[in-house]
Amino acid sequence: MPNQPDSNNWPRWFDPRSRSLGTFGYILNRVTALGLTLYLMMHLVALGQLARGADAYDGFIALVKNPLFKLGELLVIAAGVIHGLNGIRIALNSFGIGVRRQKSTFITLMLIAVFIIVFFAFKMFSEG
Amino acid sequence: MTNQPWQVQIKIQRQRAGEKPYVQAFALEVDPDEYVLDAVERIWAFHDRTLTYRHACHHSTCGACGMRVNGREKLTCITTIRSVTQNGGTIRIDPLRNFPVVSDLVVDMGDFFLRMNKSDFNSVAPDNAARLPYEHPKKLETQTEGEPERLVDCIECGLCISACPAANTDKEYVGPAVLAAIHLMYTQNPSQKLINQADDHSGLWRCHSAYECTEVCPSGVDPAWRIMDMRKTVFKDRVKSIIKPRLPEKKDA
Repeated sequence: MPNQPDSNNWPRWFDPRSRSLGTFGYILNRVTALGLTLYLMMHLVALGQLARGADAYDGFIALVKNPLFKLGELLVIAAGVIHGLNGIRIALNSFGIGVRRQKSTFITLMLIAVFIIVFFAFKMFSEG
Repeated sequence: MTNQPWQVQIKIQRQRAGEKPYVQAFALEVDPDEYVLDAVERIWAFHDRTLTYRHACHHSTCGACGMRVNGREKLTCITTIRSVTQNGGTIRIDPLRNFPVVSDLVVDMGDFFLRMNKSDFNSVAPDNAARLPYEHPKKLETQTEGEPERLVDCIECGLCISACPAANTDKEYVGPAVLAAIHLMYTQNPSQKLINQADDHSGLWRCHSAYECTEVCPSGVDPAWRIMDMRKTVFKDRVKSIIKPRLPEKKDA
């Protein structure tokens, strides 16, 4: 990759080596955004099944009850929670609120995210 | 030497402009309390006179010796060898990122300095304006007549630009140091010109809150805080201009 600014350098956005906590938040927001965008596209394809009749839709619903799909759904919840909470931090910081406490805010919000994700995991997988 | 000497390997990225970079290793005996710049100088003096690097003051005032040490942006004149490796260890030294490499560890900072000039950056300011607004004022030991002045904290070393992920992909982004300079100048002499400079897609709004600039700044400028504070000013200005639209600027005949 070139040393000077270049749009082809974007893979470096995801390189956490020798970086601080702020970049971990930066990387998390990008990864979760890409994941949620991918999910949105898959969701639209799934909704498209409705147009193919009741049997096709029922078959699709039976498929997504597979535990692997449940894990995928949990990842969507995790991405939404992480992106949303981290986004609140960035929005507040962007207007000069809590900038000097951005690290502790990030850690607190991510702990809340972990708690929410574990709660959903428990609910989803314990109900069979 | 005041300590038991350490044996370290120093790996330096070598490159001539436009050519492919490669890594060259040098084995060195060092005092762990020496600075990384001392080791680089010794390599130039005793191992390879073709090695190029920038240095001047050796006490973190000129900002010339910024490099990446083990991947992290550092002023090498104040980075001790002890803080970045151990006896028998390796130190990797690379040029700053986001600047074109001229030769080895020397990068072209011309564009950066021109952008600093555009912000009317003045490296001397009244003492109360030179410090960060959230810092408590320090009592000056010697009182002079009139308002005391001092050098501002930014030494234009470019470490913040090198560490910034937004500067990594956008040629037009002015970067944290320039935005911090605009903020500093605005706190002294508020002007619409400075607001307009900051309020640009290649200005304030290109920052994506990674805070690396503040992490690597060796002078405590806190560019990230200054960027966010300047956003508040720009936001207020935009709201004001909606309530009371500004008259178009008179053009010269």
